[in-house]
Amino acid sequence: MSQIALQNVSKLWDSTAAVDGVSFETDPGSFLVLLGPSGCGKSTTLRLIAGLEQVSSGRIYIGGEDVTDLAPAKRRIAMVFQSYALFPHLTVSENILFGLRVRKTPASERSRRLDHVASLLGLGALLGRKPSQLSGGQQQRVALGRAIIAETPVCLMDEPLSNLDAQLRAEMRREIRALQQKLGVTMVYVTHDQSEAMSMADKVILMREGKVEQAAVPDRLYAQPATVFAARFIGTPPMNIITLEVAGGTTIIANSEAPILPTPIDALLLGIRPEDVIIAEKGISARVINIEYLGADTVVTCVVGSQFVTARVAGKAALTPGESIHLVLPPEKLHFFDAANGRRRDEVSAIATPDTTNFVQKVLV
Amino acid sequence: MGVEGDLFHEPSGEVGRLLPRSAGDAVAAASRRSNVVMSARWATNVNGWLLLLPSAVLLVTFTHYPAVATFIGSFFSTPKGARPAVFVGLDNYQAMIEDPIFWQALHNNIIYAVSTIPLTIVLALFMAVAVNAKLVGRSFMRLAFFTPTVLPMIAVANIWLFFYSPGYGLVDQVFSVFGVPAHNWLGDEHTALACLIVVAVWKDAGFFMIFYLAALQQISPNLSEAAALEGASRWYFFRRVTFPLLMPTTLFVLINAIINSFRLIDHIVVMTRGGPNNTTALLLYYIYEVGFKFWDTAFAATLTVVLLVLLAAMALGQFIFLDRRIHYQ
Repeated sequence: MSQIALQNVSKLWDSTAAVDGVSFETDPGSFLVLLGPSGCGKSTTLRLIAGLEQVSSGRIYIGGEDVTDLAPAKRRIAMVFQSYALFPHLTVSENILFGLRVRKTPASERSRRLDHVASLLGLGALLGRKPSQLSGGQQQRVALGRAIIAETPVCLMDEPLSNLDAQLRAEMRREIRALQQKLGVTMVYVTHDQSEAMSMADKVILMREGKVEQAAVPDRLYAQPATVFAARFIGTPPMNIITLEVAGGTTIIANSEAPILPTPIDALLLGIRPEDVIIAEKGISARVINIEYLGADTVVTCVVGSQFVTARVAGKAALTPGESIHLVLPPEKLHFFDAANGRRRDEVSAIATPDTTNFVQKVLV
Repeated sequence: MGVEGDLFHEPSGEVGRLLPRSAGDAVAAASRRSNVVMSARWATNVNGWLLLLPSAVLLVTFTHYPAVATFIGSFFSTPKGARPAVFVGLDNYQAMIEDPIFWQALHNNIIYAVSTIPLTIVLALFMAVAVNAKLVGRSFMRLAFFTPTVLPMIAVANIWLFFYSPGYGLVDQVFSVFGVPAHNWLGDEHTALACLIVVAVWKDAGFFMIFYLAALQQISPNLSEAAALEGASRWYFFRRVTFPLLMPTTLFVLINAIINSFRLIDHIVVMTRGGPNNTTALLLYYIYEVGFKFWDTAFAATLTVVLLVLLAAMALGQFIFLDRRIHYQ
């Protein structure tokens, strides 16, 4: 078990910053996910932790020790690559034992650990095969085996599941999480898949353009996104972001009659998750423009004023495009963001909640 | 023109079958169908053979027929003026076995092959690894290593002829700085073959480097990163991963190097003409001498057959023995 800490780490390629002043730390034995869209610097951050790239500035600590200038092999880490990076001419067991051979671990110790890892990952029958004779999922297991046989306190994973099909991915997700908890290693896991991040992580670092957008536990990331970007990135379908405007001493949805706040606040964006939008008898007038039936639920896209609002309702909604309906946006489910910098404005939610319900009802009735 | 006619005729027949304009047309089309299919297949065959014809003609004329003719010729005597060739059975082979110059040429050739091939391959591999690394001026280095391959062999041989000139040649000039006396490098029985070996290594290494370079770039950089994380040294990684993954290339290069070493003639013609005292006569040069200087064509044919059998056996042996131990991706 080992703690990892990054202090103001930057990585410049020529003059562009791939990683720009990133700081975070993990608890020993926890599962940290670096999440973000492609090109956000999450993989570069992982490679910096591994020592495969050198930082331009900042310090990296593993287990309390400053490893910024240490070679990768001295950092006591294991890594699983997106491409698995298996040696194609070596058998499964030779692949797994590669590192132990390099470090000249005694043969008896090697075979003991190989047996352990093979039974842990169900690789027993495959040990004599070459990687090209394995399926994608089996190759993934071999890559995992090569990482865990080193028994290092830290394991890094770079999008390890992105080459697998959806069903296998869900299975491996559970398996990797269980393995991490069983072995008690500190895991840093890179992914662009928000559902992987939400389901596996103890803590998620959401990155964007080389910077940390939000660092939080998954439920907090979902319930209290710090920025519009975080709000839109987590959740399917993404959170509605609705432009508000000031009219007659109140704040309403742009170009509509729909009241949101009893006080006028400029340059404000309203966020609400589709599953929090309620279709009701009375409420904000909206017109249905699209219906997407997904089986367990239906995603209904409506127009309110000049804004699109998406609602997710259970089962199959008996609606047709063009139909007029009424929406209720429960005040306690509203998120407010600054239109200029995209940051969350909790003080607006605070003044909104107690009075809003009465205010909205009064205006609409 | 026949080809074009067929190509243009076929699609229009197709349209005619697909769009019969009346019931009568449809019946007529159906009865024609089998004929059309037959002629279409025939046309495809003819087209295929016509496309192959130019290269087939060239191959048969300049490769297959001469090879067979050489094989047959090795069992006949050399025709001279009024006396036509007569069947002599294995007499030519008997003469070859008794010919000391044949054995010397074979001996020279083996020494030449055994020294050039490993040197060339090791050097090619070393240069490829060097120019594959991230270093400044790497494309310049690649160009520099490849240049000897681009130069015409006769020009190369003449340049080296100057290098080896006794007294004022480059080699002697450099050595004179260290007080080594002038030496007739190509004129000395003990150094002539070595001089040719140096030229061959210099020329072929850059060519083989290109193949190694291409193979090296196929190896994912993630592999070396994975090995670096495990603490493998660069030499360990090369020995355990890079080199085994390059084995298919090595086999290819090895076969080419062997063929090259038994095929060399240009340098010898320009630089030594087999001398001094046959110490640089390699097999092909000896064949050339026997065939086109002494005009003993039957004996030259016999030597050629032996050379071909030797090369074929080596290539086959390599493919069979090494293939099993090579990992192909």
